[in-house]
Amino acid sequence: MELADKTTDVGNTKKEVTILFAGDSGDGIQLTGNQFTDTTALYGNDVSTFPNFPAEIRAPQGTLAGVSGFQLHFGSIEIYTPGDECDVLVVMNAAALKANLRQLKTGGTIIANTSGFDKRNLKLAKYPDGEQPLEAPELSKYKLIEIDVTKMTREALVDSGLGTKEKDRSKNMFVLGFIYWMYNRSLDNTIQFLTDKFKSRSDIAEANIKVLKAGFYFGDTSETFTTRYEVKPAKMKKGVYRNIMGNQATALGLVAAGQKSGLEPFYGSYPITPASDILHELSKHKNFGVKTFQAEDEIAAVCSAIGASFGGALGITASSGPGIALKGEAIGLAVMMELPLVVVNVQRGGPSTGLPTKTEQSDLLQALYGRNGEAPMPIVAAKSPSDCFDAVFEATRIAVEHMTPVFFLSDGYIANGSEPWLFPKASSLNTITAPLAKPRDEEDAPFLPYARNEKLVRQWAVPGTTGLQHRIGGLEKEDLTGNVSYNPENHEKMVQLREAKVNKIANFIPAQAIDNGPEQGQLLILGWGSTYGAIKTAVRDLLEEDVEVAHAHLRYLHPFPANLGELLQRYDKVLIPEINNGQLIKVIRDEFLVDAIGFSKVKGLPFMAEEIKNRVKALL
Amino acid sequence: MAEVNLTGKDFATDQDVRWCPGCGDYSILKQVQSILPETGLRREDIVFISGIGCSSRFPYYMNTYGMHSIHGRAPAIVSGLKAVRNELSVWMITGDGDCLSIGGNHFIHLLRRNFDVNVLLFNNEIYGLTKGQYSPTSPQGKVTKSTPLGSIDHPFNPLALAMGANGTFIARAMDRDPKHLRELLKRTHEHKGTSLLEIYQNCNVFNDGAFFPFTEKTSKKGNTLFLEHGQPLVFGDEANLGVKLDGFTPVVVELGEGHSTDDLWVHDETDRVKAGLLTQFFDDPRHVGALPRPFGVFYAEERFNYEDALIAQVEEAVEAKGAGDLDALLRGSNVWEIE
Repeated sequence: MELADKTTDVGNTKKEVTILFAGDSGDGIQLTGNQFTDTTALYGNDVSTFPNFPAEIRAPQGTLAGVSGFQLHFGSIEIYTPGDECDVLVVMNAAALKANLRQLKTGGTIIANTSGFDKRNLKLAKYPDGEQPLEAPELSKYKLIEIDVTKMTREALVDSGLGTKEKDRSKNMFVLGFIYWMYNRSLDNTIQFLTDKFKSRSDIAEANIKVLKAGFYFGDTSETFTTRYEVKPAKMKKGVYRNIMGNQATALGLVAAGQKSGLEPFYGSYPITPASDILHELSKHKNFGVKTFQAEDEIAAVCSAIGASFGGALGITASSGPGIALKGEAIGLAVMMELPLVVVNVQRGGPSTGLPTKTEQSDLLQALYGRNGEAPMPIVAAKSPSDCFDAVFEATRIAVEHMTPVFFLSDGYIANGSEPWLFPKASSLNTITAPLAKPRDEEDAPFLPYARNEKLVRQWAVPGTTGLQHRIGGLEKEDLTGNVSYNPENHEKMVQLREAKVNKIANFIPAQAIDNGPEQGQLLILGWGSTYGAIKTAVRDLLEEDVEVAHAHLRYLHPFPANLGELLQRYDKVLIPEINNGQLIKVIRDEFLVDAIGFSKVKGLPFMAEEIKNRVKALL
Repeated sequence: MAEVNLTGKDFATDQDVRWCPGCGDYSILKQVQSILPETGLRREDIVFISGIGCSSRFPYYMNTYGMHSIHGRAPAIVSGLKAVRNELSVWMITGDGDCLSIGGNHFIHLLRRNFDVNVLLFNNEIYGLTKGQYSPTSPQGKVTKSTPLGSIDHPFNPLALAMGANGTFIARAMDRDPKHLRELLKRTHEHKGTSLLEIYQNCNVFNDGAFFPFTEKTSKKGNTLFLEHGQPLVFGDEANLGVKLDGFTPVVVELGEGHSTDDLWVHDETDRVKAGLLTQFFDDPRHVGALPRPFGVFYAEERFNYEDALIAQVEEAVEAKGAGDLDALLRGSNVWEIE
């Protein structure tokens, strides 16, 4: 593209850069971040993103509560996290600076929209009277680039015929154009995006494109800014990539599992942050036979999915912690009836309503134990945005092939985060085989709904099938017949059978592997879920520094892979970092009598790789 | 479909029926088993789903597919089942506690969505399974184990609630009138959409006689009004009483005394406003001037049901976008290649 060609003379090369865009939740921060992500991924960088928005939809403008952020980390090396501290902080107003300055590295760059630092904005951000943060002495630690984005946006659009309000809506494009200039990126992708998005309002599309270019030219022509950076494409595994967010990957994984099992996905759900996007995404794919049902509450959501599973469909429900708590009784019913059910929990900070838009891994014990009675359930957790696809596909396979409800754990961090995805071919995905019972004649022996195969799995007898009429429910089942039974010996036997069935799944999942580092030695970091990127980055760096440390990451949290106990014994110490107050560690200690060391962070924020590195160094 | 020749016995299971001797549930079970052969349905195409309570044991006694689920949630379970299997004949068995207390929310949403489900609401105005606490339909002042000084809860009027939720089929029957109950069960089955049949059911252990004014020979005719579409509202021991409308106010008149059946309110099942008025015939029969309690089909309306609309959306999506291509979906719209 012509603009970029003219200006390819870039002095500095960087391996990786982290940018944090911050502004009012109405400033179009998420869109700006997503556009930069797409463009930089298309360019060939590896990239990881983390949007961070307020719980309120439109908190009062200019206030700290209303600050929305989008952090992205891109590089010519492999990128596993959205970055610890940022190199560049883009702030549209005073509140955005106040809320995010501590995220900026010493020596980092601040790009500030000066019109967001007027008297009104300073007051809204609760700066003391007369204090101008852009002139504060502590800012001398950083490189400050001041641009009056609002004024320049308006000037660029002086002949557009648009009103001031409409003009101001384009100011995020000025910033985006400027950042594209800084990192020598093409505008093509965003121009195409704007053209498509405002198909019916070509005047708005033109205005946005004009402002985008104005931002780019401003960088090019203004002599104030001399520092530009080149981040070369990353050496990634060969193949065709796309960018994907965690919740989107979860939805696609469920569609794929439906296709590969020949079952019709039925998704019963009640809107809740941060799980709702799965419902939005799935509802777009009705042409795959996907049925979505927005139920009247969380309980109806799970019960409708159970009804669908009873009917021979792939029953799925999703929520976050508070909603999962409401579903508990019904999930127990699915345990008792031994029907397939996928329960998605996109975890967030708790307890109670907690921190709806912040991340946490604090529902592991809820997934393991959050039901009355002895109600064992398999648990599968995703480690990154794109891994949600594989992990939920796997959760579905276990649910269907082992006739059991299964928990799939994601969290706000990976659900909203994105990364490039080397997406699979449909033909490479495994087939999922449902243990469907065949029709019977009068001459056949009577159907026994609770007879089991070698996996201890019962058959799925779907209404409409001749000769299989049977009744199931929440009361204890008699072995084989499924009739109600209060017999003491039978109850104990059934409790043990249900547990043995779930434990046997360990024979049908891969052995636990070491992700990185030595196969035995001083220290193993045992992680699960979304801490993967931070641990991966920390271990990579530590190994480069010749610090001997290994990393294993659990996908299967119940049952554990069969070799896990043996694997843990190969290390002198086991460190378990978690975004909770120590949950996996309880289970590991309980199951393996390993004196593991916990490392908790419960701030509603993911780990930084640096935190893991420091903890490891302190241990060795 | 192959011709099916079944009898009531074919619908019985090998399970011992465990209701208390003399319970009204026996009559309802018998009538359901007796009308099913007339529907021509195969046993494997019928599903009974219940919640929790005495009535909810029902599925165990039906040789069909069945589920005895959890308290109050049957409406949500049948919704999911119908959403994926619209061809099945689905019956939901529930009681006044299950349906109107713990399951009240699901119940109203089932009605507004109008899934094609037959709901049999066994109303005995008491909690039987937990041994005798008042229920959301128990009359105010009811003395029970949990209300030794009398209940201060104002009771639900289940059919008025169902009208408010825009139910499309609203009817009432009683356990002690098997012939009428059978007729109503057939109508319930025939209606496409959520059919609500409230059945007054005597709990002879914890609330014996709650409906005797309506069900016993001595008082039945004077206290009940059997609705028939197109027929005037006539009741009374000698069919000597009628209901006419004075504006929006129903008035009981004596026939022959200056009033003939021509003056009376003629029942029209399709009239939503009048059906609403009929559900308000809810007086305590012991009160002087009480309106008679109606039985029969109050209201029936054809309205699209959720599952068919859902299937239509799937079909439209397939027509508009073509059957799902998984590779195209995984690829998305914006890809790049690393070489």
